[in-house]
Amino acid sequence: MVSSSSRKIRSISYAKYGYLFILPFFIVYAFFQVYPLFNTFYLSTQKSTTDTGSVVLETVGLDNFKAILFGQGKTTDDAGNVIYKETRQATAIKNDFFRVMGNTLILWFGNFIPQIIISLLLAAWFTDAYLKVKGKGFFKIVMYMPNIITAASVAALFVMLFSDSQFGAINSMLLKAGHDTVPFVSGKTQSRVLIMIIQTWMWFGNTTIMLMSGIMGINPSLFEAANIDGATPRQQFFQITIPLLKPIMLYTMVTSMIGGLQMFDIPYLYNVGTTQNKFTETIAVFIYNHFHNIKPNYGYSASASVVLFIITAILGSICFAVNRDKDTTPKAKRGSKALKNKLGGL
Amino acid sequence: MSTQMAGTHSNSQMIKIRTTIVTIIMILLAIISLLPIYILVVNATRTSVDISGHGISLIPGLNLFNNIGTLMDWSATNKIQYDAFIGYRNSGIIAFSTTILTVLFSGMTAYGLVVYDFKLKNIAYTIILAVMMIPVQVTSVGFYQFMSRLGLTDSYIPLIIPAIAAPAVVFFMRQYMKSSFPLEIVEAARIDGCGEYRTFFTIGIPMMKPAFAVQAIFAFVANWNNYYTPSMILISREKSQLTLPMMVNTIISNDKLNDFGANYSAIMLSIIPVVIVYFIFSKFIVEGVALGGVKE
Repeated sequence: MVSSSSRKIRSISYAKYGYLFILPFFIVYAFFQVYPLFNTFYLSTQKSTTDTGSVVLETVGLDNFKAILFGQGKTTDDAGNVIYKETRQATAIKNDFFRVMGNTLILWFGNFIPQIIISLLLAAWFTDAYLKVKGKGFFKIVMYMPNIITAASVAALFVMLFSDSQFGAINSMLLKAGHDTVPFVSGKTQSRVLIMIIQTWMWFGNTTIMLMSGIMGINPSLFEAANIDGATPRQQFFQITIPLLKPIMLYTMVTSMIGGLQMFDIPYLYNVGTTQNKFTETIAVFIYNHFHNIKPNYGYSASASVVLFIITAILGSICFAVNRDKDTTPKAKRGSKALKNKLGGL
Repeated sequence: MSTQMAGTHSNSQMIKIRTTIVTIIMILLAIISLLPIYILVVNATRTSVDISGHGISLIPGLNLFNNIGTLMDWSATNKIQYDAFIGYRNSGIIAFSTTILTVLFSGMTAYGLVVYDFKLKNIAYTIILAVMMIPVQVTSVGFYQFMSRLGLTDSYIPLIIPAIAAPAVVFFMRQYMKSSFPLEIVEAARIDGCGEYRTFFTIGIPMMKPAFAVQAIFAFVANWNNYYTPSMILISREKSQLTLPMMVNTIISNDKLNDFGANYSAIMLSIIPVVIVYFIFSKFIVEGVALGGVKE
């Protein structure tokens, strides 16, 4: 009885420390993240005009969304009534928006597919107890390395190597071999493929390690049993590893998609000089270029951000649901124990 | 396990062949991973004439110090917005302070969520989980317009202070504490008359050291590499304020610079710190990724 009453007192008297400990996080979060998020929603209903250096906002309701999604602009008809119809400016911005969404999808797809194939194979090999590959730790460290190199520097390096000019490293070699120069940085297909290659190069190590921790969560006795039954490595891969990896593969895909929607550094910097390549301009670049301007257009930026937010929220809840599912299985408990053991040794 | 396999001769033969093939593929992929960086380093040591005349080479030249000298001349005459030392200083200031803030306050938040019982605890945790996924681009319009209204563009405040609220790091640290932090120790400290903050700093932090270390490395690398936020906030593009990734960008977007060796050496200088950090801590980093330490 004594102990239960003292526990009650304790939980009452210490609760305020709980709030004090989490308070700084929430204050800063509210100020630098939550308010800016609402500000973005607010700005999506505004039209900004620049007047002698200062930006003036004007409320226009959903006009920005009508423009970027449907190409409908506000005009007046012959009788002087306000109507919405396709205007040149609105159509141009709609075409821009759909072009950058298309670019984003193409670039994401083109780096995700090779990445997941390479990573799945590597992850299966790294975790295969029967393969006696030496120096697995070394390989993992080397393959993860591109991921930590500054993306801005990676873009700069590839711009230098693949420069369109006859002096670019690759093009000068092509010329010598009797070929014409190839527009690796400004050409439609060339620039896209190069960005896909750069992204794959930067991310396959990361995906491999994520998938590996998924494979290691699979009960090893399944593989042993399959081995005893004479299953070939190929059969084991397609009939044990892949089906049991489905949740973590879905998780990897969704997080990679959310990451893909944010793709900015490489598409923004892999360009000739300061001219943005139209074929590799992503949604993040579109948003940035519209607000980061001497004459910012907050409305278009913000309404595109809101669309991006809705897409991310849908993808995020898929991810959340997958994770939830995992949390309720006993596997997750094992996982957290493994976390403790592993980090305990550091 | 392997004794069963070694039983038949053909099986062990098969394993040998597979091991060889897999090893070769892994060596190839390792070479692909390293090759661009190797070419970068080699080109940084070659003369511009050599590079434009012969393209890619795998043999280093002898011109590294001349190239860096050219860079320093350009910088001294303000021909370029690149100065490696100013860049190291600025990126260093931002990366160090954000890392300390992220780790300390995330640790504090996680500690608060694990050690104490309070009404809003679950709601607070759910909010943190929900906001973890919001991409920075979604809020950046609102963030930028807000900061320019406050007159905080060209200031490091919007680059450093937001590091206090890092949802993904809180998530990771809470997971870690849940699995390895004995709450009895807090009660024992209370009985001994230790205050709550002192308990956190003298018992909590030392016990969370491994999680702190992993997250500190990730935070440092991520902030050092960050191009997006500094380029959004530092609108005047003053050389004295620029971070290294921004400086690198000024080099390639300037088409009047035709000393390729110097350009490559500028890029090389910008990645040296992260490469050093990586090779010192690579074991932690790879294990950290495996534990879901980074969310991209």
